[in-house]
Amino acid sequence: MTTENTITTDTALEVDALSVTFPSDDGPLPAVREVSYTLRRGEALGIVGESGSGKSVTSMAVMGLLPKNAKVEGSVRLMGEEILGLPDKAISEVRGQKIAMIFQDPLTSLNPVYTIGYQIAEAVLAHNAVGKQKAWERSRELLEIVGIPSPDQRLRQYPHELSGGMRQRVVIAIAMANDPDVIIADEPTTALDVTVQAQVLEALQSARRETGAALVLITHDLGVVAGQVERVAVMYGGRIVESGPVEEVFYRPRMPYALGLLGSLPRLDEARAERLTPILGTPPSLVAMPQGCTFAPRCPMAREQCHTEEPVLLRTLDNGDRVPAQPGDADAHVAACHFSDELRADTRPEDLFRATAVDTEGVESVEELDEAEASVAGAAEGFGSAGEGPEPEPEGEPEVLLRAEDLVKNFPIRSKGLLKRKVGDVQAVSGVSLELRERETLALVGESGCGKSTTARLLLNLVRLTSGGVSYMGKPLQGLTDKQMRPLRRDLQIVFQDPFASLDPRMTVADIIAEPMLIHRTRNGDAKKRVKELLELVGLNPEHGSRYPHEFSGGQRQRIGVARALSLNPKVLVLDEPVSALDVSIQAGVINLLEDLQEELGLSYLFVSHDLSVVKHIADRVAVMYLGKIVETATTEQLFEAPAHPYTQALISAIPLPDPVKERTRERIVVTGDVPSPADPPSGCRFRTRCPKFANELSEAERSKCVDQVPELRERGSGHRDACHYSEVVELL
Amino acid sequence: MSDNGTPITSPGTAAQRSAADRTQLQTIVIRFVRHRPAMISLFLLVVIAGFAFLGPLFWKWDHTVSSDILSNQPPGGDHPLGTSSAGHDVLGQLMRGAQQTLKVALTVSLSATAFGSLWGATAGYFGGRTDAIMMRIVDVFLIVPPLVAVAALSGNTSGGTTWATIAVIIALFSWAQIARVVRGVVLSLREQEFVEAAKASGASAPWIIIRHLLPNAAGPIIVAATLLVAIAILMEAGLSFLQFGIQLPDISLGQMIGEARTAVSTRPWTFYPPGVLLVLICLTINFIGDGLRDALDPKQTRVRR
Repeated sequence: MTTENTITTDTALEVDALSVTFPSDDGPLPAVREVSYTLRRGEALGIVGESGSGKSVTSMAVMGLLPKNAKVEGSVRLMGEEILGLPDKAISEVRGQKIAMIFQDPLTSLNPVYTIGYQIAEAVLAHNAVGKQKAWERSRELLEIVGIPSPDQRLRQYPHELSGGMRQRVVIAIAMANDPDVIIADEPTTALDVTVQAQVLEALQSARRETGAALVLITHDLGVVAGQVERVAVMYGGRIVESGPVEEVFYRPRMPYALGLLGSLPRLDEARAERLTPILGTPPSLVAMPQGCTFAPRCPMAREQCHTEEPVLLRTLDNGDRVPAQPGDADAHVAACHFSDELRADTRPEDLFRATAVDTEGVESVEELDEAEASVAGAAEGFGSAGEGPEPEPEGEPEVLLRAEDLVKNFPIRSKGLLKRKVGDVQAVSGVSLELRERETLALVGESGCGKSTTARLLLNLVRLTSGGVSYMGKPLQGLTDKQMRPLRRDLQIVFQDPFASLDPRMTVADIIAEPMLIHRTRNGDAKKRVKELLELVGLNPEHGSRYPHEFSGGQRQRIGVARALSLNPKVLVLDEPVSALDVSIQAGVINLLEDLQEELGLSYLFVSHDLSVVKHIADRVAVMYLGKIVETATTEQLFEAPAHPYTQALISAIPLPDPVKERTRERIVVTGDVPSPADPPSGCRFRTRCPKFANELSEAERSKCVDQVPELRERGSGHRDACHYSEVVELL
Repeated sequence: MSDNGTPITSPGTAAQRSAADRTQLQTIVIRFVRHRPAMISLFLLVVIAGFAFLGPLFWKWDHTVSSDILSNQPPGGDHPLGTSSAGHDVLGQLMRGAQQTLKVALTVSLSATAFGSLWGATAGYFGGRTDAIMMRIVDVFLIVPPLVAVAALSGNTSGGTTWATIAVIIALFSWAQIARVVRGVVLSLREQEFVEAAKASGASAPWIIIRHLLPNAAGPIIVAATLLVAIAILMEAGLSFLQFGIQLPDISLGQMIGEARTAVSTRPWTFYPPGVLLVLICLTINFIGDGLRDALDPKQTRVRR
């Protein structure tokens, strides 16, 4: 996406010193403090920040959608008119017509009891008395603009009949119904899969082209920002701490926070060897905002001045002087940091931040970090000696620990009523074979609903197989009863995705970690000591064992989940999306921890994920799944350098790179449509309905092979296998 | 890496585990103590129980008719709560009646809750056919009008109708409610990842039900159990009133209220004492239930930190 040249000097939206305070029992909570930005007509501004940085509250305040008890100060001018504090009736006139909003969750932002057409027409009629007929025609037109196929049919459907990506496009259509001047999109693609995200972002861009609206894109995804907007503002602790043209901010950040965010992000376009650098500490709590710079407690550059004096947004001139930006100069690169001139263009995140695996949320300073790292190292040693210690590297080919052959899992669909007859099957997994070797990380990648989590559970015998076989160290697992399975569970453990649901809220952390030992009646005597060792091993404070899970943050809970899985000294750890629920700066620490543990304890990982960037960072081998089948498997290097299957290529293309130039200029392989239902998968090649090769390159005769014959996984050489009749290697990175 | 721990059960083990439990128990006790209405209620209930169980040892009249008692005396003098028309000392009756009522109510509540929760949790956890069969059995107990069944049963029990028989009969028709509530909660709990995590560690079904599902369903279970106390008291009163419950000369609070129902204005001293005591018992148990629920929920209060 190239920068548009339609920018005029007119200002569409001007936010000036906007502050939002919520009253609470603990005193007023300053959610947003003195946020100012200008948005020119047709321009796209990105607002990035982690959860709790105040980015959503800012836009809700602009829209006048905050609850009544919120105290909003400052000014918001839309096309020169003040809209802050307008009475309800007046602001309703503005909303929808001049400024529109797109929310994160397409499941809840559409009303389930009305048809799509009715809801779009309603938005049109709210501001224009054009009559039902006209409004309906306009709805149809809008659906075409956002790229929904067969719009006539869709207009009569209800929201539940549409997929998530489709629904989000309907929401975009509603937002653009009255040609607004400004569209605010709050995390519009966070709930969607990457290939669908690419489609929705495309729809958002066509909506902009069509209406000429300016866009405020709020997101936590630096990759999306890099590709979609011209200017970016970074929010932290309720303030804008850095803002400027997107290239400036990404390539020459002038505030350590922005640099830290970039450093904690696993990158698709970088080699695996580099360690991630998490940011220390946690984002500030609104109840106790730190004195001075809000980032100072986490900042590796912080000095005396930072803790006492809050920096203002300044721009650095060529001669090194720092001055406030001119009021009209929206393009200035400004940063709120006392020492931003110490950050040079060639400063790398790892120069400032430490690539550490300890729980960075629990430590507040670099000295504490040193201590924590030392204790983790000690724990790792103690841990090793408690067992046999890591075995020496075996000679030659590593042993295969877990082998799956032709796994099939069908979930029956039953009729309603008393009889519950079987009326069909959801083919969650259809013929997956894989091998997990000693000390390696095998990643299972795919979009939601592709069967990757089911496969992981089949391997652990948590879900019963329909057919096929799993064996662990040559011993078949299928058909074992729970009792026969129990001794094997010591070796095969799992870490779950959701750090909030995977720990029993009624048990203390120590009890949670000790539970597997209790079940297996191992280490009765020193269970307590071992819990402390485990807590140290995963980088947590061992004194916190008597606390309950809700007293910990997401990243810390995930560490507790890892400690529980390690308590029986497993050989294989299945990691089911272990970091996808975490903020980037915290995710980095957990990834580092997993890497260290593998090294120290000689574990084998089966890493289930939808995020190719994380996979590239952590995996040795990758298997890509689509609709219950593995479509390509290779070593990580092979897969990312020479992807052969069209689906893999599309998946890699769809991941936004946090690098504005690369992101805008890279070659893309785009897929259309949504994943078909696994209850009724397409014949032959399951990917053919969305395959760009099938649609654009193949002849009629070649296509019939895709329709009739199921492609088998075929060797391409050196272990690289793919399941496509016409696969061709494409270089994408 | 293998563990070097063969299953040892040294004497130190038990001690260590109980120490860990104690700290958790302590937190629960601290939380409960901080719950003011629950503490006041607990104190009141202890006083009532003392009155009901220990009172008869010290009071000269019991609940039976005595020729030494003048009938229809208003409160005062020898009889602080007056006497009934048949010649009972009301205070003596009240002690005995409260004792019988408490015994019935608590027995019903505890046994029906324990059995019903286990039944419901088992049905909910296994689901499918097990669930269908177990819940149809529950339905049978729910659709039979309890009063009719109790009437049929209680007339035919051997050894006459004592408080224990009444308790068992009422419990038989109350556990189904609890089972249904608990099953509903468990159906959503069993989908949570921590249950799967326990399965992945090799936990058996009873382990998961007792250690994970029931504690997490504690809130609704406690609410249902306290409600059941009130229901049991009312049901016992209803049965006694219909002559199916505790038989004279033995007495319960419900029976006293039934006897006095025609004399609310003429002899209020026979009606109000049992009535007030009945309400007090129900209220205190409800507040204690509230306090217990909050104390058991780690998210409610933050004692630590």
